[in-house]
Amino acid sequence: MLEIKNLHVKLEDEDKQILKGLDLTVETGKVHAIMGPNGSGKSTLSYVLSGRDGYEVTEGSATMDGFDLLEAETEERAAEGLFLAFQYPVEIPGVSNMTFLRTALNAQRKARGEEEMSATDFLKMVREKAKTLKIDGDMLKRPVNMGFSGGEKKRNEILQMAVLEPKMCILDETDSGLDVDAMKLVSDGVNALRSEGRSFLVITHYQRLLDHIVPDVVHIMANGRIIKTGGPELALEVEKNGYADLLAENA
Amino acid sequence: MAIKRAQLKQQKQDALAARQPVLSMPEGGEWITAARKDAAGRLDAMGLPIRRDEYWKYTRPDAFTSAAPEAAALADDAGAQVFEGVDVLTVVFRDGAFDADASDALALDGVEISRLADAAQADIHWAKDIYGALETAGQDPVERPLAALNTAYATDGLVIRATGAAAKPIHVVYERSSDTSDVVLHHVIKVEEGASVTLLETGAAGARANTVTEVTVADTAAFHHVRSQGRDQERQLLTHMFARLGSESTFKSFTLTPNGKMTRNECIMELTGDDAIAHVAGALMADGKDVHQDDTIFITHDAVNCESRQVFKKVLSNGATGVFQGKILVKQGAQKTDGYQISQSLLLDEDSQFLAKPELEIYADDVACSHGSTSGAIDEDALYYLRARGIPHRKAQDLMVLAFLAEAVDEIESEELREAILRRIRLWLDLEDDL
Ligand SMILES: Nc1ncnc2c1ncn2[C@@H]1O[C@H](COP(=O)(O)OP(=O)(O)OP(=O)(O)O)[C@@H](O)[C@H]1O
Ligand SMILES: [Mg+2]
Repeated sequence: MLEIKNLHVKLEDEDKQILKGLDLTVETGKVHAIMGPNGSGKSTLSYVLSGRDGYEVTEGSATMDGFDLLEAETEERAAEGLFLAFQYPVEIPGVSNMTFLRTALNAQRKARGEEEMSATDFLKMVREKAKTLKIDGDMLKRPVNMGFSGGEKKRNEILQMAVLEPKMCILDETDSGLDVDAMKLVSDGVNALRSEGRSFLVITHYQRLLDHIVPDVVHIMANGRIIKTGGPELALEVEKNGYADLLAENA
Repeated sequence: MAIKRAQLKQQKQDALAARQPVLSMPEGGEWITAARKDAAGRLDAMGLPIRRDEYWKYTRPDAFTSAAPEAAALADDAGAQVFEGVDVLTVVFRDGAFDADASDALALDGVEISRLADAAQADIHWAKDIYGALETAGQDPVERPLAALNTAYATDGLVIRATGAAAKPIHVVYERSSDTSDVVLHHVIKVEEGASVTLLETGAAGARANTVTEVTVADTAAFHHVRSQGRDQERQLLTHMFARLGSESTFKSFTLTPNGKMTRNECIMELTGDDAIAHVAGALMADGKDVHQDDTIFITHDAVNCESRQVFKKVLSNGATGVFQGKILVKQGAQKTDGYQISQSLLLDEDSQFLAKPELEIYADDVACSHGSTSGAIDEDALYYLRARGIPHRKAQDLMVLAFLAEAVDEIESEELREAILRRIRLWLDLEDDL
């Protein structure tokens, strides 16, 4: 599904290298997790994959089912099925959540040459999905993320994912800021979307999320590279011992 | 200094001398002829504005002072359908001429309404008391010669007196079929105690138009005004709205300006009765280096516990210019005044510009007045977020433009009219309706 080879990324305006030869393959239908110390480049990786301005790819490649991600516009990557649940979801005054979701869904459908969804079907579908994430009608009407609590913003990210039904989902610390119940809600939301044709890359600091969303593969990222790959037990090891041993091993 | 002042005065006289020969005073009865002659006298004393005029610092008056208007190619969508579906009394002026066939009968419950051209022949007391009177009062402390010119030479307009709750809005539709029409229209509106009326205006009145509206809102009365100035690229438009508010009265005016080569909207309001409320708002969508739009507001608080509110939003792109001059004058004794003013621009590129001159002049000590003016680019983080969900760049930008303008549109009290304006903006931006 997702194939990243030798990815080197620096800041556009600064001579600062952030990703330094990253290799990562996520197979179709699998859930991979990435853990790693603060500042190791996890969010940068997700931004570069989705096409945020400010980063420069100096070497390497990233493809999604053969589609060259790095060459495409941000919206084209989304229409192709890439989804990033933001670590810090953005507030957009004046644009209602509902309008946002509908515009996004129909824009993606249009880009793929599919029929737009009728207003009635759309409303029905969103209300159903919102309900399972305990997002009420008021939150759907309000401007995107405006005045949402930290946890509400994260739930809203998962709602967008559920509505857009992407094939490659990157979740950047979707668990941070969630209370125990919300964590369960979000995990259930993600698990409900797990399917043969859909892959996940879950960025997290905590093993706890991985109790709910059990990964097939766990990667440790440090200093702009993947330094170790293993099974779910790797996350337990990090939880117990921290990164010191792993970093030392790799030094 | 004296020489300079004499020089300016001469230039203003020269400007008038260039304009005057093509003006002719319409026929009319005694009262209006007297009012017109008075206005011509005021005009003679003032001359016409020139570029060096402080009040025309950001907007060149030339377009309005030249003898003949620049030819303005006809637009295919003059925007007259903005209020489609709203139950209204329609009055049509085509290139300044009343179009009886296209207009409804001038009859409406709660309102007396007639053409100025007809009222001019009759002895209508109340109209006589207002016509040119508010304009005259509005010449101080800042001269507005082009409004005096209008009073002297206006060919027609509407004379409206609301005595109760008007059964429906009066919709003045300005059509134009000429690329050289030079239109001067003057409306007079009196809202009697406890009465209420809504005036809607749409379209470009002429290749060049100069309109004046004088409104008195009596105690506890309400006047609502919503207009869309025609999505007509080349028209040139100058409007003056003079309003006088009695105690506990309400005045709310909203203007949508979608392009147009040159627009200057002046709104001069005087709050003379306690507890009055005056709101004026505007939304501009200006696209292109030839587009210039100016909102010039002057609000005088001369009573206790009044509220005034100005909300102006301008989206500027491809070299367009937006101007805002807004002044709040709080006279001595106008205690408990609540004056709010915000003007904001969204600059979609670096070629466009927003020029703002907010002013407060306060002679009372117990007032709460605030003003703010901002100029900003589109929020890049929000843009990226929308695009990351698959919304194309242009559409994402349009969504944010709509959201920005909506803050001014929200000032419209009637939900039906607010929705009509939003629907129009969405249509122009090619956005879907809200669910
Ligand atoms: N636009 C930027 N300007 C300056 N520095 C940046 C920028 N983007 C990323 N960095 C730097 O790059 C490094 C990697 O940041 P990134 O946000 O990708 O880390 P992370 O692994 O997601 O960390 P965390 O676990 O704290 O979320 C950090 O040192 C960060 O300060
Ligand atoms: Mg991060």
